[in-house]
Amino acid sequence: MPVSVRSTILSQFEQVAREQNRKLAPLSDDLVLMDSGLDSLCFAIVVARLEDSLGFDPFGATEDARFPVTLGDFIAFYEDAAK
Amino acid sequence: MPQNDAISLADALSDAARRPGRFIWSVETQVALAELTNGSSLEGSLEELRGRSVLILTRHQLTAALALIQIDGIARRLILCPPDLNAKHLPLVMATASVDAVVSDYAPADVGALDGARFISCAARVTPTAAARGAERPTEWILFTSGTSGPPKMVSHTLGSLAGAISLGSRLAGAIVWSTFYDIRRYGGLQIFLRALIGGGSLVLSSAEESTADFLARAGSHAVTHITGTPSHWRRALMSGAAQRIAPQYVRLSGEIADQAILDSLRAQYPRATIAHAFASTEAGVGFEVEDGFAGIPASFFEGAAHGVKLRVDDGSLRIRSARTARHYLGAENAPLLDAAGFVDTGDILELRDGRYYFSGRRGGIINVGGLKVHPEEVEAVINRHPRVQMSLVKSRKNPVTGAIVVAEIVLKPETAAAAADENAALKTEILENCHRALAAHKVPAAIRIVPSLEVTPSGKVARPNA
Repeated sequence: MPVSVRSTILSQFEQVAREQNRKLAPLSDDLVLMDSGLDSLCFAIVVARLEDSLGFDPFGATEDARFPVTLGDFIAFYEDAAK
Repeated sequence: MPQNDAISLADALSDAARRPGRFIWSVETQVALAELTNGSSLEGSLEELRGRSVLILTRHQLTAALALIQIDGIARRLILCPPDLNAKHLPLVMATASVDAVVSDYAPADVGALDGARFISCAARVTPTAAARGAERPTEWILFTSGTSGPPKMVSHTLGSLAGAISLGSRLAGAIVWSTFYDIRRYGGLQIFLRALIGGGSLVLSSAEESTADFLARAGSHAVTHITGTPSHWRRALMSGAAQRIAPQYVRLSGEIADQAILDSLRAQYPRATIAHAFASTEAGVGFEVEDGFAGIPASFFEGAAHGVKLRVDDGSLRIRSARTARHYLGAENAPLLDAAGFVDTGDILELRDGRYYFSGRRGGIINVGGLKVHPEEVEAVINRHPRVQMSLVKSRKNPVTGAIVVAEIVLKPETAAAAADENAALKTEILENCHRALAAHKVPAAIRIVPSLEVTPSGKVARPNA
């Protein structure tokens, strides 16, 4: 069974938080990303890693991508791009 | 240049006939330097080139080498074309340098529009000739700077500025056989060509068509004693499985940052050799050489003016003033090469740590991660410390959050390359941990990719996408 986009994203959040010594808030869809405990460098790393593991970058695909606000937005953004 | 007061290469070589056994070797053939005393590789008379501005455009290094020895001291100016000169730039080069003669081992038709310039073909062999050389004059040497993809930039040197770092002492040393991974039509290789000629030795030429292993075997068969290349050349040599084919006394690295890992690897491979890393560039000339086995430059090098070279750090970058720097760029549109005090700005950024200066990168090569600067080379130096890493390239990847982020590509040492995927995952983790320990968070690569090889430019440096 292929690994889902959602689980790939969640595991990247956890891994990057671990690497960067960040305390990650409990991950839920309504978690505001800026309150997640990750800083912008962490998000930059998450996006770069997801591009490698999923094979696409939804931010690069659209001209004026709005950065997602919540974790749910973030996952949906990737899931939409995967369709 | 009191130690190199020869007016020309032929002048410097005038005692070559009395020293048998001095050769220039190429893949295909060899030429004894003594043959040039009463011989020529040029079709037609050398006198036809007297006072002219001569473009040397060759397919082979050996033909260029022979032409240089003969033409220096006769021509008003010589323009030494690098092997990768784009033919479309040739008309501009010829106009900028007022070329009125072309010496080449190509057919005239292959060179293209000569625009009235005299064409003289040159060969890879010397035929006896009765003609005397006649009076000599200092020739202006025009070299091309490396590393630009646009129209070529040319700088003006003299034999004196090019040979300024070559000491007389080496003439006394026994049978020196020089070799270099560089092409002698570029500054780094030309230095070795001049060292071999002026210093009384022989020279083994490299060839773009030859594998690193074959080159090392051939250099070894000529008992090479002194050999130079970039750190990338040397990493390739260590990967080739043929590094033991040579047993040099002297190994030199230049052209890129020599990190501790490559210095230590070469020390282990060649325990009896002097391992030196040097700074030289087409514009700034030969700056200095570090022989203590450590990366970086002792801060004491910046005090006083050892060997006539004054170093300083200004606005973060290395500046060099000496009689070995080029004088000016050719072409009116170019900025002055020297500042008001006579220094060349190398554009190489230095950082002082614990009494040594370390190169951290090029002024233009900085990656901007959310406003924070990263020099790719400082990250590569940390990655390269891992014992399984042969070489690495750190580059910028576009990122929607920070504008750019650091990513790395690594080549593993051959004996450790074939590993299972989970081992490689563990390796990446180890490398990242090393980076986290040594570097600020924004400098740590977000992603590491293991690649079979990295592209190396014709001048022997790791190809940088934005350089």
